[in-house]
Amino acid sequence: MNANLLELQGVHTHIGAYHILHGVDLVVPKGQLTMLLGRNGAGKTTTLRTIMGLWHASKGKITCAGQDITQSQTPDIASRGIAYVPENMGIFSDLTVKENMLLAAQNAKRASQMDTARLDWIFKLFPAVGKFWNHPAGKLSGGQKQMLAVARAIVEPRELLIVDEPSKGLAPAIINNMIDAFAELKATGTTLLLVEQNINFAKRLGDTVAVMDNGRVVHAGSMEALAEDEALQHSLLGLAI
Amino acid sequence: MSGMNAMKKGLDLDWKPLVLVPVLATVVFPFIGSASTWLTLTVAGLAMGMIIFIIASGLTLVFGLMDVLNFGHGVFIALGAYVAASVLGTMGDLTGSASLFTNMLAVLPAMVVAMLVAGTVGLAFERFIVRPVYGQHLKQILITMGGMIIGEELIKVIWGPVQIPLPLPEGLRGALHFGGAVLEKYRLLAVVVGLLVFALLAWTLNRTKIGLLIRAGVQNGEMVEALGYRIRRLFIAVFVAGSALAGLGGVMWGMFQQNLVPQMGGQVNVLIFIVIIIGGLGSTTGALIGALLVGLMVNYTGFLLPKAALFSNIALMVAILLWRPQGVYPVANR
Repeated sequence: MNANLLELQGVHTHIGAYHILHGVDLVVPKGQLTMLLGRNGAGKTTTLRTIMGLWHASKGKITCAGQDITQSQTPDIASRGIAYVPENMGIFSDLTVKENMLLAAQNAKRASQMDTARLDWIFKLFPAVGKFWNHPAGKLSGGQKQMLAVARAIVEPRELLIVDEPSKGLAPAIINNMIDAFAELKATGTTLLLVEQNINFAKRLGDTVAVMDNGRVVHAGSMEALAEDEALQHSLLGLAI
Repeated sequence: MSGMNAMKKGLDLDWKPLVLVPVLATVVFPFIGSASTWLTLTVAGLAMGMIIFIIASGLTLVFGLMDVLNFGHGVFIALGAYVAASVLGTMGDLTGSASLFTNMLAVLPAMVVAMLVAGTVGLAFERFIVRPVYGQHLKQILITMGGMIIGEELIKVIWGPVQIPLPLPEGLRGALHFGGAVLEKYRLLAVVVGLLVFALLAWTLNRTKIGLLIRAGVQNGEMVEALGYRIRRLFIAVFVAGSALAGLGGVMWGMFQQNLVPQMGGQVNVLIFIVIIIGGLGSTTGALIGALLVGLMVNYTGFLLPKAALFSNIALMVAILLWRPQGVYPVANR
């Protein structure tokens, strides 16, 4: 049994004339929370989009639960139980919170068919989602939109949740709320892959870490080991945790 | 607190565009003078607007959801009208009856066949003409215009190059008289059909999951795919539905004009694009308001200032865009 849910081997991605990823090797262990760190422009978002099939790898291999998904279409990848929250959150602003959630619930045609027990659990994780259930999503605050984006991603059980910069632009109280929610999700057995720039966020949540630079993974290991090695942090990220 | 106020404000319906139609009708009333003439022109304008809405409703979704500039939409209008002419031509007994019910036994099948043919041709049009140029606007304009020219030539091959008649069934001819106003029966039927189409579209878009997907796809197609839905299939379904609606609109427009020429779709194209630009890309409610405004404007200026009728709709569009640069109810963020 493979302990890694997701594996990238030598993945290259081109966007038009630009060569963005230069052979990314990354593993995401099953049931763990992996942080993907790196400076701006290191290739983190491109890596996530390549995993989701939104941009296709020009070389290399991506496997999920042992199945090759390198050239799979995005809907097929999503139907494997991989949920994705992009950096801009991907909220449908003209739809209500309820409609955003219903859209992600593949097994429900109407809101009344959604899993109420799971919804109750989500409302406890993200109270704003329940509070503004019938409100237009576009009118939510930035933090509330981020909660909705994550809540929408987990409206049904997922194997892997991928989130691009979940703490970006959020107030400390909301960040703490996010950390609690991700910790609870991990406790349910969901595997998580988070891209982060907030190093404290990463330190509090991460089990494993991969650091990217110039389109490659330049360090991979345990989050704990990186947190303890100040010199390594300086050399990889240019700052201390 | 201010956040809550903003939230409440956000829930309020954007009512301003909704009053444009009654405001226009009210403003022109003193210039027309006679109440009966005003009522006649208003009903005629609303009927014309409803027909344009039927045609434009599909295109606005195609535009909004697929980001496709389909200048070939007009060919489905002409096709629908010609198919209806052929179907109705075989039902002389039914169309010649003075009974409206008997007439509708011919008109309804003609509408269904026209929609089926237009939808089927729309499927081929999407596959062979539109699909290779997704995301390339200039090429879309060129190739869809080319597709329309080919379509018009094929219509000439099948039905001939000369004008053919599409007479109204007997029961739809004539008018009802109401307080001195002359309300043509066919225009009243057009209002009813337009309202039915709008109700069906509104129900589909607001009350079904497929409608939810379409509305979401108009905003962010990539995210819809990331949620596990094949947006390409949705594209095709919307394109086919849009073509079928254009076919239905063609039947209505053809019976409105009572004469068909292969270029009739291209002639209406300009009006349709004005409507969807006024309405805001991807918005069916916006398209309805835009169509009613255009229909009323054509009829009012035709009566008051016939020489201004040609550019009155362009002026209307410019005025609306100065007020709301993305149309009255923009949905797609383009």
